[in-house]
Amino acid sequence: MFNSSLNQLSTLLATRQVSSVELTRDFLGHIKILNKEYNAFITVNEEISLDQARIADAMIASGKGGPLTGIPIAHKDIFCAKGWLTTCGSKMLSNFVSPYDAHVIERFNKVGTVNIGKTNMDEFAMGSSNETSFYGPVKNPWDILSVPGGSSGGSACAVAARMAPAATGTDTGGSIRQPASLCGVSGIKPTYGLVSRYGMIAFASSLDQGGAIAKSAADLALMLNVMVDFDTRDSTSLQHENEDYTRDLERPLEGLRIGLPKEYFTEGITDDVSRAVDAAVAEYSKLGAKIVEVSLPNTKLSIPVYYVLAPAEASSNLSRFDGVRYGHRSEEYTNLDDMYQKSRTQGFGAEVKRRILIGTYVLSHGYYDAYYIKAQKLRRLIAQDFTEVFKQCEIIMGPTSPTVAFSLGEKSNDSLQMYLSDAYTAAASLAGLPGMSIPVGFGKRNRPVGLHIIGNYFSEAQILNVAHQYQQVTDWHTKMPDIKKPKY
Amino acid sequence: MALTLEDVKRVANLARIEISDDEAHTTLDQIAGIFSLIEQMQVVDTSTVVPMSHAQDVEQRLREDEVTETDQHELFQLQAPKTEAELYLVPKVIE
Repeated sequence: MFNSSLNQLSTLLATRQVSSVELTRDFLGHIKILNKEYNAFITVNEEISLDQARIADAMIASGKGGPLTGIPIAHKDIFCAKGWLTTCGSKMLSNFVSPYDAHVIERFNKVGTVNIGKTNMDEFAMGSSNETSFYGPVKNPWDILSVPGGSSGGSACAVAARMAPAATGTDTGGSIRQPASLCGVSGIKPTYGLVSRYGMIAFASSLDQGGAIAKSAADLALMLNVMVDFDTRDSTSLQHENEDYTRDLERPLEGLRIGLPKEYFTEGITDDVSRAVDAAVAEYSKLGAKIVEVSLPNTKLSIPVYYVLAPAEASSNLSRFDGVRYGHRSEEYTNLDDMYQKSRTQGFGAEVKRRILIGTYVLSHGYYDAYYIKAQKLRRLIAQDFTEVFKQCEIIMGPTSPTVAFSLGEKSNDSLQMYLSDAYTAAASLAGLPGMSIPVGFGKRNRPVGLHIIGNYFSEAQILNVAHQYQQVTDWHTKMPDIKKPKY
Repeated sequence: MALTLEDVKRVANLARIEISDDEAHTTLDQIAGIFSLIEQMQVVDTSTVVPMSHAQDVEQRLREDEVTETDQHELFQLQAPKTEAELYLVPKVIE
């Protein structure tokens, strides 16, 4: 059951072989055993979860159930959920019980899923290793001495360790795709604007996008069917025709053109990752795809551009945390300014402060044109690179991460090294394109390798199809780390 | 365009974050590397490029100027550090 797909769980529930309450109890029990070691969850609330399970069972009994009704879903602690502690991995919000639901949470509630718990994450989504969380690092279930990736490390770990069948995440520069890659699971970040950011605590507003992590592309399609929805409360939410993201899963790949950007296969990528990605590409050839070499000349600029724009937007977004209306307020202060300073200094961790400082600097008088505007111009060039390449192919592939999971503590003191691990994923975020990561093998020390799949705007159904076809002829996505094996 | 200690302190003040001299030095070291990376941007000629803030060519949506939200201050103020008479309390600003 812990290893079941969303479809399998749905069938078990629909045929009453198991109730949502039983399923929820099982997963809660599993979390209780494993979370001490992995630290994937910040908050678990058995009472609320079981209440939701009872509602789901009633929905199913009255014939009103849908594909995900009654299924426990973990939610990254960046989504405001009414009545739940919503911390964003930060001391700043360690006392914040959300008075409202994010649009994404509303959607999951509407279809009758069960919120199985709030997952751990890098503080305010800033990080690539889940080591910056106020609540401690998350461990990679494949090797507990290594990082799960970030910032959606808790969600990726929860799915990999079978503590939840699926989880929500958010992705700003790679924060769904990279942890999915490092944890050997599948993750998707849709086209910017498809998933509402209402109630999703903001990091970099022009880049943030909600998405999902699960054990397969087929499962991710079901998750997107719930998550993608126009929302008037998010001014960047796009009005787009409703889609069934499962509709093209079975389409054969004959004739599909897959572009391999030469810039993705040069320096920085380790041999073990190269080998696994090459083998995956060979598999795609066997499936009938045509592999073409392409070029994304401005790839190298993605990192500096991202690390100007994201911190700049973060410095603006995080200015709301001032101790006045919510969040941490310092116990002692002399005047208003001192209250702001002390509250923020105490509430934010080191990486968040670093990024706020970088962001404030690049937006400040005299530097705005040279940095922020310059970065926005380069952003257009990066997006144009993709538009050009999508004339030569339908799909772009490469490694999700240049290396497998690194060890806990290995990069935490070197921000620059940490930032460079976002090299491949950040570009798609800057362009607003949809991207996925799927497991394609193992590298050094048996740590997973992920394949990055980028599609054109609104091509989620196609990239899911491309991923699904690979998962029909390979079994990397079925591999489970060596954890306390559940009874079923 | 090297960052100085003065820059770090000035920016920390703008961001309302306290930073000691030691911390300022450490921060300077840590972000110096990031800034030399950022300098790579200046090499590219972007004189004819329009800045891009959004992937899709969209405009801000407009709506009717009607009240749609309800007053939920009681609910929202449950989270507030200090309130009185439905107001948020802060140190006195006016001398």
